[in-house]
Amino acid sequence: MAVLKEKDKEKVANIFKGIEKDVKVAMFTQEMECPRCEMTRTMLEEVSGLSEKLSLEVHDFVAKADLAKKYGVDKIPATVVSGDKDYGIRFYGVPAGYEFNVLIEDIMDVGKRDPGLSNEVMTELAKVDKPVHMQVLISPT
Amino acid sequence: MASDHITSDMIESSEFPFLAVKYNVHGVPHTVINEEHSIVGAQSDTEFAHAVLKAIGK
Repeated sequence: MAVLKEKDKEKVANIFKGIEKDVKVAMFTQEMECPRCEMTRTMLEEVSGLSEKLSLEVHDFVAKADLAKKYGVDKIPATVVSGDKDYGIRFYGVPAGYEFNVLIEDIMDVGKRDPGLSNEVMTELAKVDKPVHMQVLISPT
Repeated sequence: MASDHITSDMIESSEFPFLAVKYNVHGVPHTVINEEHSIVGAQSDTEFAHAVLKAIGK
């Protein structure tokens, strides 16, 4: 069953025209899919079909436990957005509602290889020399 | 993307209620940095950068 509306697909496809470099989306689900996993997978399949520069890999969280560990994925549904390398971008749960916009923005940032931050903030973040794990807890809107 | 040292998770708290309990989440967005520093509410990118540096003692 389709998750995205045709009108939204058109909008997103239009935004995706700005993608300059390949973007990889990896999703972790499991064989007996939880309803939220299925919804996430369907949504990502639809989203990744909207640009040739987007690729989607769907992995089984149990069968590919080593890969999940490599990505630091410890719960599902999990979505990883990466480019030439892993930038540490993860979504846990269905990226729906407002989070859908964040997912599209993240795909665009990776597609441009530009996080869209000011020089001042980039300079500050360049000082980070230890692992930092940020978890942003949000709620459905 | 701005730093190879930073990983960032967006977590749908209603799907992972144990995390909302673990981190004492009452309002969203609720950001947890390295398990021990919490920021409640939306922040500017500058404020986030400062919070990250503070969390690693800089």
